[in-house]
Amino acid sequence: MTDQAYNFAYLDEQTKRMIRRAILKGLAIPGYQVPFASREMPMPYGWGTGGVQVSAAVLTPDDRFKVIDQGADDTTNAVSIRSFFERTAGVATTTVTTEATVIQTRHRIPEVPLAEGQILVYQVPIPEPLRFLEPRESETRKMHSLEEYGLMHVKLYEDIARHGHIATSYAYPVKVEGRYVMDPSPIPKFDNPKLADCPAIQLFGAGREQRIYALPPYTQVVSLDFEDHPFEASRADHPCGLCGAVDSYLDEVITDDAGGRMFVCSDTDYCETRQAAGHRGKDAA
Amino acid sequence: MHPQTLEGGFANPAADAAHAFRSVMEAVARPGTIHEITGARPPAPLSPAAGAVLLTLCDTDTPLYLAGAADCDAVRAWLAFHTGAPLAGPSDCMFALGTWDALLPLSAYPKGSPEYPDRSATLIVEAPALSDEGAVLQGPGIRDTARLSLPDIGAFRQNRALFPLGLDFLFTCDGRIAALPRATRVAAPAEMAEAR
Repeated sequence: MTDQAYNFAYLDEQTKRMIRRAILKGLAIPGYQVPFASREMPMPYGWGTGGVQVSAAVLTPDDRFKVIDQGADDTTNAVSIRSFFERTAGVATTTVTTEATVIQTRHRIPEVPLAEGQILVYQVPIPEPLRFLEPRESETRKMHSLEEYGLMHVKLYEDIARHGHIATSYAYPVKVEGRYVMDPSPIPKFDNPKLADCPAIQLFGAGREQRIYALPPYTQVVSLDFEDHPFEASRADHPCGLCGAVDSYLDEVITDDAGGRMFVCSDTDYCETRQAAGHRGKDAA
Repeated sequence: MHPQTLEGGFANPAADAAHAFRSVMEAVARPGTIHEITGARPPAPLSPAAGAVLLTLCDTDTPLYLAGAADCDAVRAWLAFHTGAPLAGPSDCMFALGTWDALLPLSAYPKGSPEYPDRSATLIVEAPALSDEGAVLQGPGIRDTARLSLPDIGAFRQNRALFPLGLDFLFTCDGRIAALPRATRVAAPAEMAEAR
């Protein structure tokens, strides 16, 4: 039931129009960070205020909404954002990736390939990929306008010099349509290949940093690398302990204080669907 | 005041605007696709689709340029009541509305700055017809190629050459909308045939 004390999807209409205009400019300039007047939301910064505002601006009453936090539907952040929109927008919710029309995500892309008609909304903490290399916004903005991305390659090169390989394992920078270098939000680099040529619309919202950016469907997205150190999407070298999947991204779970551990799918919907279909891993009860 | 001024807005503003925005967003995200957009009944000569776009995206924060026949008392009064958007000339507008010929020349509109390419105008072009034939489109949002009936080809090609600066176009006709964002590459059908 909708909480009638609030407008549909919590935000007032003027705020939604402002966010919607930013989303359209973001889609017109893939990978470019559009400034927007982020509002205070009834949750702390860092809990997905940007994603929630983008979701509020795109949701219609007919949507089916899914929220994942590091792949899981049942963690605090996911549960509270899902119930927030159940209350303020009255939308139907689901945990099944294929049934959802709008999916808000923190730091993962679902394992099941997305389809046309779906929208993936990312929660982004630091939208500026160059921020840890150059703290001044005035400078990073200039670097983007001049397409001056040498510093990012130096950072990746220093990884190689120090570790022998590119050690960046999440928030791995990508180049969009040969123009803008973009932070894909802190998704594991395992997920990076899924950003490219995706049939769904991908929207990124950073609430504290007041930026929105977007990838239209079928956009060319290339992970930065070197010819002699090509990009590699890595995952833990184990099958999932519960469903036995060998193609999914895994979380390492410590099970006792004697070195016991297990690896399980980070995408709970993917894991549960596989278990329901009869797949079993070695740790399954 | 003409009673029609007060009518023709969204019956259910939040839900209608949400549906209308999704049509606009799908059109922009997938250039060349044509989407239904309903809910507005603006005065002539505005199309229902153009009316819905204005109600969805325009408010007191968005200077609007009315070009040609769209700049009439009925439209001005309707927009003032329903959106409150201040009217402006082409060089200061965020949105412009009119037929293709009325909106020209494109050089008059803000196309953004290198550091803020988003600060550019969006042109709402009232089209006599809208179909998925004609110019060949390629780029973000399009798997292989798409087709869209465009009023011109050279102008859009020049606009693409400015990328990441440039103008974004929405085409409205009756209750339907299509879009051509700046990132889309446009070619004449004959050129595509030659390339093969």
